[in-house]
Amino acid sequence: MEEVPHDCPGTGSDQAGQGAACQGCPNQRLCASGVGAAPDPAVEEIKEKMKTVKHKILVLSGKGGVGKSTFSAHLAHALAEDENTQVALLDIDICGPSIPKIMGLEGEQFLEDNLGVMSVGFLLSSPDDAVIWRGPKKNGMIKQFLRDVDWGEVDYLIVDTPPGTSDEHLSAVQYLAAAHIDGAVVITTPQEVSLQDVRKEINFCHKVKVPVIGVVENMSGFICPKCKKESQIFPPTTGGAEVMCQDLKIPLLGKVPLDPHIGKSCDEGRSFLIDAPDSPATLAYRSIIQRIQEFCRLHQPKEENLISP
Amino acid sequence: MEAAAAEPGNLAGVRHVILVLSGKGGVGKSTISTELALALRHAGKKVGILDVDLCGPSIPRMLRAQGRAVHQCGSGWVPVFVDQEQSISLMSVGFLLENPDQAVVWRGPKKNALIKQFVSDVAWGQLDYLVVDTPPGTSDEHMAAVDALRPYSPLGALLVTTPQAVSVGDVRRELTFCRKTGLRVIGIVENMSGFVCPHCTECTNVFSRGGGEELARHAGVPFLGSVPLDPDLTRSLEEGRDFIQEFPESPAFPVLSAIAQKILNETSAQLS
Repeated sequence: MEEVPHDCPGTGSDQAGQGAACQGCPNQRLCASGVGAAPDPAVEEIKEKMKTVKHKILVLSGKGGVGKSTFSAHLAHALAEDENTQVALLDIDICGPSIPKIMGLEGEQFLEDNLGVMSVGFLLSSPDDAVIWRGPKKNGMIKQFLRDVDWGEVDYLIVDTPPGTSDEHLSAVQYLAAAHIDGAVVITTPQEVSLQDVRKEINFCHKVKVPVIGVVENMSGFICPKCKKESQIFPPTTGGAEVMCQDLKIPLLGKVPLDPHIGKSCDEGRSFLIDAPDSPATLAYRSIIQRIQEFCRLHQPKEENLISP
Repeated sequence: MEAAAAEPGNLAGVRHVILVLSGKGGVGKSTISTELALALRHAGKKVGILDVDLCGPSIPRMLRAQGRAVHQCGSGWVPVFVDQEQSISLMSVGFLLENPDQAVVWRGPKKNALIKQFVSDVAWGQLDYLVVDTPPGTSDEHMAAVDALRPYSPLGALLVTTPQAVSVGDVRRELTFCRKTGLRVIGIVENMSGFVCPHCTECTNVFSRGGGEELARHAGVPFLGSVPLDPDLTRSLEEGRDFIQEFPESPAFPVLSAIAQKILNETSAQLS
């Protein structure tokens, strides 16, 4: 359905079809009949599809611009450096799909033999095309990505998300509910303006029962390339991710310093880990990624849920 | 379009509405909204800020108003005044949460309903400017805000970007959104434009350079200036301080002032 009434109670709500806003909605009878309350068949279909996907990791943040897509892309790059590891990167930021640019892809789905990428960005014909969609339409796209893309045998599916705790996040979690999400990596920057949104995201994870693998503090300090002294461009006025993680009893996976080369590599669609292998930021990334792999190894899904190759 | 002209509503006393948009997250929309409001206040204007970022409401903290309560009056909600002189008022979902860490996990329709209420059921009173801060994207919140504000003929939108291509890519889409919804673009602001090391004064382009100005040129809209990364600005926002008042010598001050001045010039020209 293209348009829903502005005060639509939601097709799954017990007010579905019965609220004042439902009058005149073309779906009113359908909703009132209770069909919306039945579980979406797509959930089972996606569970089947996901049987060939060993590990599913969500990359989240309450806050925008902290480096989710950058992190997702480089997590994918790092995992795919082992040619025997099959990696898939799914970008569900429907309005602001950054992954195609960061991965250096122009309308192609496969970067390397073992690294596949999907994003709404590939479906847009011009860089000026805006995806001006309301929630229900975005949800439909995400369902299609999960159900209708032939992911094949995948060791790691990384799902990059937009900032917030809304349609995209609910849909990702709901559609993957039966398929077992390993966990979420939550990205933040050190300042309280970010942390206050990130705490909400962590609460969201608890609410929807997605395990939190840990937090990455990005843009953590800046070393001047000239004088090599450190500055805090985004100051941790309330103790940064370290204090937040202590308070919430969640692992701090690591801190990544600001390196101007990261932005440059992303703009040019290259892996920063290869461009600048000795940068403190690269070393931080690699250590964090190792911890994520370790988490996935320790929390293997039961063997009977996997189709053996 | 609804016949909103028949009913003056709670925005009847608001002279100019300005939206602050970006396709991209984390580029400084809330920062620019806050500093614009402070600068307009210092020019003697009465300003309201409407924060329609329901998932990540940043403005209360930036104005040291977190935890304040919202009261009701005959015309609806009373916005929170952030200063004694009552020259800046603010409405944000942040004030409606029982616990600041509570996540607002709502789908589109529910977000739309609250945004409509923020426009129609907040007693804004007499304002020279209403600055509307938005979340990143081109979705429910943006459509709801533009639809609800359309009857009040907004002055236009400020678009915020950072210099790098990844940001500019999203802001191009936001420009399309403005075009499609008939929202005039006042101009583009490039934020986080270089960092001057406080130890040795070397300027590093932490997030690349030039993207904002080039985008403005390509899109044929005014380029309003580049705001550098400024630790005094970041700290002011963290602590809810008035950067415009306290740090006029700071690197970010000139461009922020200029943006406010442009708005003042445009709107005073309209009066004559």
